[in-house]
This record gives sequence, structure tokens and C-alpha cells, in this order.
Amino acid sequence: MTPDLIANVVIAGLLTGLVYGLMALGLSVIFGVVRVVNFAHGEMMTIAMYAAVILFGAFGLDPLLAVVPVAVAFFGFGYALQSALINPFITRPEHSQFMLLVAVALIMVNALLMIFGPDARSVQVDYQLESYAIGPILIDKARLLAAGMAVATSAALFAFFRLSLVGKAIRACADNHLGAQVVGLNVKRLYALTFGVGSACVAVAGCMMILLVDVTPVLGPAYTLLAFVIVIVGGLGSMPGALLGGVLIGVSEALAGLLIVPSAKSMFSFALLILVLLFRPQGLLGKRT
Amino acid sequence: MSPERRAAILLTLLGAALVALPWLAGSYVLSVATLILFFAYTGQAWNVMMGFAGQLSLGHSLYVGLGAYAAAGLFFHYGIGPWAGVWLAIAACVAAGAVIGFLAFRFGISGVYFALLTIAFAEFTRIGFDHIQWLGGPGGLFIKVEQREAWDLLDLRGTPRMFYYVMLALTTGAFALCAWLLRSRAGYYWQAIRENEEAAQALGINTFRWKMLAVVISAAMTAVSGVFFAFYYNNLFPEQIFHISRSIEIILGPIIGGLGTLFGPILGAAVLTILADGITELMALAGLEIPGVKQVFYGLCLLVVVMFLPHGIWPTIARRLGLTRR
Repeated sequence: MTPDLIANVVIAGLLTGLVYGLMALGLSVIFGVVRVVNFAHGEMMTIAMYAAVILFGAFGLDPLLAVVPVAVAFFGFGYALQSALINPFITRPEHSQFMLLVAVALIMVNALLMIFGPDARSVQVDYQLESYAIGPILIDKARLLAAGMAVATSAALFAFFRLSLVGKAIRACADNHLGAQVVGLNVKRLYALTFGVGSACVAVAGCMMILLVDVTPVLGPAYTLLAFVIVIVGGLGSMPGALLGGVLIGVSEALAGLLIVPSAKSMFSFALLILVLLFRPQGLLGKRT
Repeated sequence: MSPERRAAILLTLLGAALVALPWLAGSYVLSVATLILFFAYTGQAWNVMMGFAGQLSLGHSLYVGLGAYAAAGLFFHYGIGPWAGVWLAIAACVAAGAVIGFLAFRFGISGVYFALLTIAFAEFTRIGFDHIQWLGGPGGLFIKVEQREAWDLLDLRGTPRMFYYVMLALTTGAFALCAWLLRSRAGYYWQAIRENEEAAQALGINTFRWKMLAVVISAAMTAVSGVFFAFYYNNLFPEQIFHISRSIEIILGPIIGGLGTLFGPILGAAVLTILADGITELMALAGLEIPGVKQVFYGLCLLVVVMFLPHGIWPTIARRLGLTRR
């Protein structure tokens, strides 16, 4: 095992990790504001991946461009989901909200199974085979583009929450629910917007992920768990934490695949989750509540 | 008629019907009934933790799987029957539950974080068992099927009728145990913790100790259902038995039936299993074999129940039957 090989694997893991980070960012934003854990997050990710597959198959649309329509559709879907299903559950006990989203997730993953069957689907674009060589290190073009898109989307999201008025209002809701209501913010609408924004993040992440892996319906629950691991490691509700968590998990998965056995790679992630939950439950970059 | 008397009569009738069932029904109905009892029993075990003590476990497949593998491994490698294996299974699950409970409660992890921790442990174990070649790894562990005619209770080998009665006895035992627990000191402490943990603590209840007790009892009960599973189905795969969808299957019954009630898990298991089997049969009749239909149906049931019947269906039915005081 040469240092070159390890460097290659680490860089590939880091780039994939940024896409993971964007997916987890959606979960983190939703939890940070609405205080509901989106148990259907990975299932939404696979739906976005299938959407990219369909758009590619029907119109030959490159997943890099499919991002736009899929993200818009997901924003609307997230908005509707929050307004119709989740808003009435805001005051319900935690386990009740959890069950609601478990039900949504169960329906999504099996509806995909009914429609597409258990076989893997993928997208073939010509740049998937190209790579850049920097000395002994090879970087896949597709992976680099996916990671770049993930970083750009995260930056846009960050700017939205820092600079725009709506973003500031959403952060006010997250800081103080009652206070936000007192100053006249429409909290339920802002919650719906937040769920829409979180869903759009997943949509972008899904379109990018289809450039890197094949999609099957059963990936949904696996991605949900992966997103949980990432946000808890990084800190639920912390935006930089989600990206950091994504990169950490991406690199550790890649290294575990190289050093141990590939099939044991997620065992490594779960061990990391257990350790973080026990010793730093607020996550690496999270604030203590 | 007083509600108690009415309840006693209905319970006797139900008991008599359940005992007589194997002599009246065919083998298909018997297998469905056994499955219902299996989910009723396992749901009852889960209910101790969530329904009584308010600790949401989404990783109960861990205990089913550990129990199943403990007893099946002992039988497969050393020929030691489940009469001994069940104790090993219980010991393994109690140890696992105690570790998870200790870590979680000591470090103040509760609510959603606790649920995620239970998932993490179950998933960790699932992938771990995929790599234990001694127990078959991902290829599965198979127990030899033999002596189908004799009733060998100690080795849990016998006819479907025997398995039905074993499961009926277990379910009845679990029901009695839970009825007793709910009225015991522990039961009242658990309910206090479930409703308001801080208030319970302020009253001087050692919440750590009683939550631990709930986890340990629930794990031990679930271990037994794992042992039954192993010897009833004779095959075990980590991908199936430890999978999170198994955990969800376990908890659907009590939630749909009625969280924290004694009859909820039984009623929920019956409703879900019958409806799901009905759907599968209907699909087969229509000549459609689409995977996932059953789970979509599960999801819709769960959705409807959590939205419109947050306390489950049993409380409504109990009122109709005149079993609760107004």
C-alpha cells in the first residue's frame, strides 16, 4: 500500500464526503429550525437520484443541469409536506413526530420499489471516465464536479441564511419560537419554507450522487442513517458541522474500505456515531443546549 | 355489569377461542395466528420500554437477533437445545440492553438521540454479524429441520400446532407479566418517568435505576422471541433479523393498537398481520406480484393512525365494549 494510493483514496473520500455533507446539511437545517428529525431524508435523496435518472433517460439531461428542475420540484414537495403533514405535529410528543416520518419513509422507499423494482439504475455521461492527473494523484472529473456543486450549493445556502431577510427570519424562528411569533413572523410558513430549502439541498445532493453511485430503493434507509451519523458527528443544527461531518465520514469510509473490508465500512461510521453520542452528544461543532 | 366482570368474561372467551383454534382451523390460518402471536409477544416486550417507561427504542431487532443467534449457534455447533440456549439468549440480551441503557442514561441521552443510539447499536451489530463466519456470516445460519411429528418441547422441534401453543403460552405469560408490572411499584415509577422525568426525579425516584430495569426486562423478553424465531423458521440472516425494518415491524403493532396499553400490542399485531396477509392474498389472486406493496400499506396504516388516532385503536374499542369507567 503506497502513500500515493492512500492519498488517492483520501481525496476521493473527501470529495464524496462533500456531497454527503450537502445531503446532511438539509437534515441539519430542518432539525435546527423545525426541531423535527426528518426520518425520510435518505428516501428523499433516492427519489432525487431516480428523478435524475428519469430526466437523463427521457431527455438526455445531464445531472448537472437536472439539478435545477429537481431542486425546484423538491422545494415545492418539502413545502407541501411540512404544511400538510408535519405542521399539525409540531406540538405532538417527539415519538409521535418520529412515527409520522417513519411512515412517510416507509411509503417512499417501497413506492420506489413498486415503480422501479429492485435493480440498480445509473446515469452514463462521458465525463465519468475522465480524470485529472496531478503528479501521481488522479482525480475523477465527475467526483470533482459533484463536490464543486455541493460546495457552491452550501455557500448559497449559507448566504441565504446570513444575508436575506427571509433567511434571517428563519434563524429568528430557530432561536426563539415564541419571540418570533410575538414580533409577527408567520412561523408555520417559515417552517414550510425551511423544509422546502432542506429538501432542495437533498435534491442537489441526490443529482450529484447519481454521478458517483448506482441507485436502488434500499439505498434510502442507508442514506437516512448516514445523514444522521453525519449531522450528529458534526452537530445537529450546525451548518459547518454538517459539512465537516460529511467529509469525516466520507474519508473514514474510504479508508475503512481500503484498510479493512469494504463491507465493514459503515460499521466504522456507526462506531463513530456511538462514540460521539456518548462523549460529545452536541456533536463536534454543535452548541450545548 | 361492572367493567371488571365484563373484561373477565371477554378474556375467558378469547382464551378459549385461542386454545381451541388449532383444532378448528387449517394450517394456513394456524401459521397466520402464530405470526400474530409472535408480533403480539414481541410488541408487548417493546411496549415495556416505550409504552410504560417512555424510552423510544428503534433498535429492538438487536435483541431479537442476538437471542436468535445465541440459541441457534449453541444448537448448531454443540447440539445444545433451546432449553439451555434461551438462558444464554436472555443473558446476552440483558447484557446488551444494560450496556446501551447504562451508556445512554449515564450520559443523559434521551428522546430522539436515544432512539438514534439504539438504531446505531442494531446496525453496528448487523454489520458485525455479517463478518462472523462462525455463525454463517451473510450466507445465513440454518438449523436442521427434523422430527416434525413429535412434540419435543425441550428442543423446540415439532408440529406447527406445538409452535402455536408455545407462542400462545409466551404471549399469555407476557400479558400476565405486563399486567402485574403495570400495577407494581416499578410500573407506577415508569409511568411517572414517561409523563415527566424531571418531576419524577424531583419526587425522589431514581430514574436511572428504573429506566435501566425497563430496558433489561424488555431486552430479556425480546430475547425469548428471538429464540422462538430461530427454531420456528430454522434460518437466520443478519440482513433480515437485525435490519431496521424488522425493528419497525415490531413497534407498529403496539403503536397502532395503543401505546402503553396491555391489549394494544395484541390487537395491533392481529390487525396488521391479517390486513397485510389479506393484501398479499388479494394481490396474488389478481395475478400481481409487486414487491413493496405490503410495506406501503404498513406505512399508510401507520400514517393514518398517528394522524387521527394518536392513542391507538384499543382505547376506542375498550370504550365501545364498556371496559373502561367513564
